Amino acid sequence: MVSRYTPVAVGGVALLFAAVTACSPVEDESPTATASSAAADACAPGSLATLTPGKLTIGTDNPAYEPWFSDNKPANGKGYESAVAYAVADRLGYPAANVEWTSVTFNNAIAPGPKKFDIDINQFSITDERKQAVDFTSPYYLVRQTVITTKGSKIAGAKSLADLKGAKLGAQVGTTSYQAVTDVIKPDAQPSVFNNNDDAKAALVNGTVDGIVVDLPTAFYMTGAELDNGVIVGQLPQVGVPEQFGIVLDKGSALTGCVSSAVDQLRQDGTLAVLEKTWLAETGGAPELS
Amino acid sequence: MTYAPSTRQLERIAYRRRRAVRSVLLAALSTAVVGTLLAVAITGAPGWDRVKTSFFDPEAAAEYLPEILTGLWLNIRLLVVCAALALTLGLIVAILRTLRGPVFFPVRALATGYTYSFRGLPLIIVIYLYAFGIPGLRLQGTPDVLVLGAAAIIVTYGAYLAEVFRAGIESVHPSQIAAARSLGLSYRQAMRHVVLPQAVRRVAPPLLNDTVALQKDVGLISLAGPIDAIRAAQIGVAQDANFTPYIVAGVLFVLLALPLIGVTDWVTLRAARRQNAGT
Repeated sequence: MVSRYTPVAVGGVALLFAAVTACSPVEDESPTATASSAAADACAPGSLATLTPGKLTIGTDNPAYEPWFSDNKPANGKGYESAVAYAVADRLGYPAANVEWTSVTFNNAIAPGPKKFDIDINQFSITDERKQAVDFTSPYYLVRQTVITTKGSKIAGAKSLADLKGAKLGAQVGTTSYQAVTDVIKPDAQPSVFNNNDDAKAALVNGTVDGIVVDLPTAFYMTGAELDNGVIVGQLPQVGVPEQFGIVLDKGSALTGCVSSAVDQLRQDGTLAVLEKTWLAETGGAPELS
Repeated sequence: MTYAPSTRQLERIAYRRRRAVRSVLLAALSTAVVGTLLAVAITGAPGWDRVKTSFFDPEAAAEYLPEILTGLWLNIRLLVVCAALALTLGLIVAILRTLRGPVFFPVRALATGYTYSFRGLPLIIVIYLYAFGIPGLRLQGTPDVLVLGAAAIIVTYGAYLAEVFRAGIESVHPSQIAAARSLGLSYRQAMRHVVLPQAVRRVAPPLLNDTVALQKDVGLISLAGPIDAIRAAQIGVAQDANFTPYIVAGVLFVLLALPLIGVTDWVTLRAARRQNAGT
């Protein structure tokens, strides 16, 4: 039932609202005018709303694997992700001394809920599902396809794409890896296609194929942990729609915009490319094939 | 004196012809009605447009047809080789299983063990064992995975076919062997000239049926790495997120099976006619 005072109340509220909006332009003016500087202020060097003021807390898993990190010491600045983390921190106004590392398991980092880090870097692929639970920065790494083989294979010493032409290669069906074989390497022999990477790996171990193409993180894992005599031949030029790695932040974190633009700047000025070359191609042992 | 059919006979022939024409027309009409109903039901479905674009896209079909055909050629070659060898293997094993006498017990036991285990083992697992297990032994002169995968198909289907052959051999009445032996034929001669011809003729339809099944299963060789028609279609599907290549491969497989199915039907019909000859 509508009380007879309701119209009066509604009218009163409307009047009050009108009055407020009438007065507000004066207050509104300054923020809109200085929107850009305000955004810049929000990302002012060293003054982000971090967990510990003045310090940037970065999370990653323990153990932290090569070549993304080195010696399981994220704080040593060695390894691709450690280097990227310090570059981002520096860009945000946190020199190495003001960076603190904390160990967060992979699953905890992308689970919803309070976070004990400001940013987390741990080879997180950016997916829509994960975006429901956490924030991602723009990508700091686009996953590359990589040829791996075993010691003694005829392509173990290949230096260029041309050296792979005569090889019998394998890849998983429906993947960017298979696309890399057919579109980038274009071998003379028909490639072998497998249901999954485990089958491809088995064929490689058996010598039924000379080499297989997998993405770089898988290549590091296979040659490092799974294959006894695994060798990374090299990374292929970018192909297809690559998987992207992004830095994880708490859902709705105030820092996401700033960290994301820091990553963008590092990509634009070529820092990321240099770090990738240093820590993945040279130190990581995954040279570029062209 | 030349044969001149009577008026009554001519009437009879004309009547039969009218009935034949009438039944053909009726059959055509009822087929048309059923076909139209099916077409209306499928194309009238609310999701038909989406199904049409993702399953019946002529552009995608044309784009992937050459690769699927290349794959199909592999299927055809495999089919011919595997069918011939599986039939041979099946026949040999069936004969071994029917050998009499205590001396042959180990042979019978081996043959029985083989048919029991390979009829039970899923073909996929046999292919994995052969194509991934055998090269893993790193023996000298290990053949190509294609050969190994084909061998897996042959031993699996050989087990089914052996049982079909055995059923045929055992369906020949013992009096046939007794008669053959009393005529002075040895066991081997009796098998060769009396039992096997009858046995094979009796089981021809199930043998051909198994061959049709084999034709589809040769595609499982793609598990070992080679790209057959279905794998080529799968690659197309993965690239375009459109299922049309599967339909193309499916249609090609049906076309491939039609002659074999036709032969099966013909053989069955002929066998039935012979069986009932004189009745």
